[in-house]
Amino acid sequence: MRTLVIAEQDRGRLAPATLNVLGAAGELDGPCDLLVVGHDCAAAIESARVLPGVERVLVADAPVYADRLAENLAELVVAVAPGYSHLLAAASTSGKDLMPRAAALLGVNQVSEVIAVESPARFRRPIYAGNAIATVESDDPVKVLTVRQTAFAAVEPAGGTAEVVELEQVIEAVATRLVGEQLAESERPELTSARVVVSGGRGLGSREGFELVYRLADRLDAAVGASRAAVDAGFVANDLQVGQTGKVVAPELYIALGVSGAIQHLAGMKDSKVVVAINKDPDAPIFEVADYGLVADLFEAVPELIEAL
Amino acid sequence: MKILVPIKRVIDYNVRVRVKSDHSDVDLANVKMAINPFCEIAVEAAVRLREDGKADEVVAVSVGPKAVQEQLRTALAMGADRAIWVETAEDADLGPLGIAQLLAALVREEQPGLVLLGKQSIDGDNNQVGQMLAGLLGYPQGTFVSGLEVVDEGIEVVREVDGGLQTLALRLPAVITTDLRLNTPRFIRAPDIMKSRRKPIAHTGAEQLGVSPAAGPRLLAVHPPEPRAGGIRVESVGELLERLRQAQVI
Ligand SMILES: Cc1cc2nc3c(=O)[nH]c(=O)nc-3n(C[C@H](O)[C@H](O)[C@H](O)COP(=O)(O)OP(=O)(O)OC[C@H]3O[C@@H](n4cnc5c(N)ncnc54)[C@H](O)[C@@H]3O)c2cc1C
Ligand SMILES: Cc1cc2nc3c(=O)[nH]c(=O)nc-3n(C[C@H](O)[C@H](O)[C@H](O)COP(=O)(O)OP(=O)(O)OC[C@H]3O[C@@H](n4cnc5c(N)ncnc54)[C@H](O)[C@@H]3O)c2cc1C
Repeated sequence: MRTLVIAEQDRGRLAPATLNVLGAAGELDGPCDLLVVGHDCAAAIESARVLPGVERVLVADAPVYADRLAENLAELVVAVAPGYSHLLAAASTSGKDLMPRAAALLGVNQVSEVIAVESPARFRRPIYAGNAIATVESDDPVKVLTVRQTAFAAVEPAGGTAEVVELEQVIEAVATRLVGEQLAESERPELTSARVVVSGGRGLGSREGFELVYRLADRLDAAVGASRAAVDAGFVANDLQVGQTGKVVAPELYIALGVSGAIQHLAGMKDSKVVVAINKDPDAPIFEVADYGLVADLFEAVPELIEAL
Repeated sequence: MKILVPIKRVIDYNVRVRVKSDHSDVDLANVKMAINPFCEIAVEAAVRLREDGKADEVVAVSVGPKAVQEQLRTALAMGADRAIWVETAEDADLGPLGIAQLLAALVREEQPGLVLLGKQSIDGDNNQVGQMLAGLLGYPQGTFVSGLEVVDEGIEVVREVDGGLQTLALRLPAVITTDLRLNTPRFIRAPDIMKSRRKPIAHTGAEQLGVSPAAGPRLLAVHPPEPRAGGIRVESVGELLERLRQAQVI
C-alpha cells in the first residue's frame, strides 16, 4: 500500500487543507507521497519537503500547470497513479473538480467528503446534508478519496525530510483556457481553518448592515462566513458561504447572527465546538444547535457585545 | 446546438430525512420527492439558452426506475423539448461512475454540443457525475458554474471556487455543472403541465446502450449524525460573555 496526496495550493503556496489531508493519509497503512502541481511553486515545494510522514514530493512544475485545470491535471494524476493504493485530495472546490475526473479515467468510483477512515477500504461520509452518515466500502484497486478538512487534525508543518522528485510529464489542456480570476483578498483568518467564525444571514438586512459582522469578527480575530441568503442578496461574495453547498467549517467558536438555521446551513457548521446564535425569532431552528442562544435584535445586541469585548 | 440535461429524482430539499432503525439506509417511504434543485437550475439554464437562440433543442434524461418519469415531466413542463428515461432496476447497484458511463453512452448517441448537469445531488452529495462524464468523454469541464455565455469559439463559464470566482473558456462539446446562483428556475404553470403531456419520453436501458455500468461503493450502514448536546438560552449580552469566558472560547 502506498498513498498519494494531491497538494492543495493557493497562489503558489501550500494551502492549510493539505496538512489535514495528510492527517487522513496517516490513518492509512503504508508510506505517503505528495504531488505538487503548478507553476513557480517553489514556495509550496519548500513547505512540502518538511511535512512529516511524506516520503517523496513529486513535483510537476511547468507553465501548462499554472492554471490548475482539471482537464490536464486529471491526466497527470492518472499518469502518476500506478503503484498507489490510495489517491487523496481535499474536498475543496479544486479537489472536487479534479478527483472525480481522474477516478473516471482510472475506471473507479470516488468516495467523496470522507470524515473517517475505518480501514483502508472502509470510510464514513455524510449524506443528505449531513443528516445521515454512511459507512461505505470500496473494492476498487485504487481508492480515490476527497477528504473533509475539518474531520482530520492537521499534521505539523515541520519535522519531515522528503525527497523531491521532478516529474517529466508535460500535459497540456487543449480545450480549456483560463480567462480570468476574481479572488477575494482578505487579511482575516481563512474561513475553513479559523479558530473563530462570525457568520451573518439575511437578518443583517443589507451590505451596510453586514458591516456589523466584520466589526465583531475584527474584535475576535475571526473569519467571516455567511448564509446562502446573505450571498444571494449580495451582502457578501460567494466564497464566504457556509453550508451543504458552500464551505464546511468546524471552529472552536461559531457565532451565527441573523441566520435562521436551515438544514443546508447547519450542514456546514454543526460540527463547530461552541455555537452561539443571536436571532430575534425564538423559534428559529438555529437555536436547536446553539450552545448559547440569545433571542434579541442583533442591531442592539451585537454593538453591545462589541462594546463589552 | 443540442443540450442534454441529466436530472435526478431526489428527496424534496425541505424534508429532513430519517435513518431506518436497522441502520441499513435512510427511510424514503412516503417521503416527498422532487427534481434535484441543482438539476432544476440546469434545466432552466438550458431552456434559457434555447429561448435566446443559442440552442435549438433541450433533451432531459434521467437514470432510474419508473418513478423518474415524474421528474422528466417536470423538466418537460419547464420547457425541455423531449426526454429520455434510462431504465434501471429499483435495486440496481449504481454509483456515480455507473451513472456517468450510461450518460456517456447516451451522449455518443445524441451528440449534444453541451451537457448541463447539477453540481451535486442533495441526497448522495457526491458531486462527481459531471466531472466523471467529462473525463470519460474527453470533454472540457466547467464545474460549479454561476454564469455562462455562449461565444464564438465555445462557451465561457464563471465558476464559484473557494477563493472567489474563476472564468474559463471551454471548447464545445463540453460538460457544465451548475451552482445555485446560476439562475432562479421558473415557476411551472398549469398550461405548461398540459403541454408537457404531449412531449415524448423515450425509453432505453443499459443493454440497449451497450453498457454494463460499474457498481458503486458498497453501502454498509447508515447512522444518524452525533447529536449536539442541548444548549441554553442566555438572557443578556452580559450573560453570553460570561458563558463564553467560562467555556474559554474567547
Ligand atoms: C440545494 C440547496 C442548497 C443550499 N445550500 C445552502 C448553503 O450551502 N448554505 C446556506 O446557508 N444555505 C443554503 N441553502 C439555503 C437555505 O435553505 C436557506 O434558505 C438559507 O440558509 C437561509 O439563509 P438565512 O438564514 O440567512 O435567511 P432566513 O432564513 O431568511 O433567516 C434570516 C433570520 O434572521 C433573523 N433576523 C431578521 N432580522 C433580525 C434582527 N434584526 N435581529 C436578529 N435576527 C434577525 C430572522 O428571525 C431569521 O431567522 C440551500 C438551499 C438549497 C435548496
Ligand atoms: C436505480 C438506482 C439505484 C441505486 N442504488 C444505490 C445503492 O444501492 N447504494 C447507493 O449508495 N446508492 C444508490 N443509488 C444512488 C446512486 O449511487 C447515485 O444516484 C449515483 O451514485 C450518483 O450519485 P449522486 O446522485 O450523489 O451524484 P452527483 O455527482 O452528486 O450528481 C451530480 C449530477 O449528476 C446528475 N445525475 C446524478 N444521478 C443521476 C441520475 N440517476 N440520472 C440522471 N442524472 C443524474 C445530475 O445532473 C446531478 O445533479 C442508486 C441510484 C439509482 C438511480
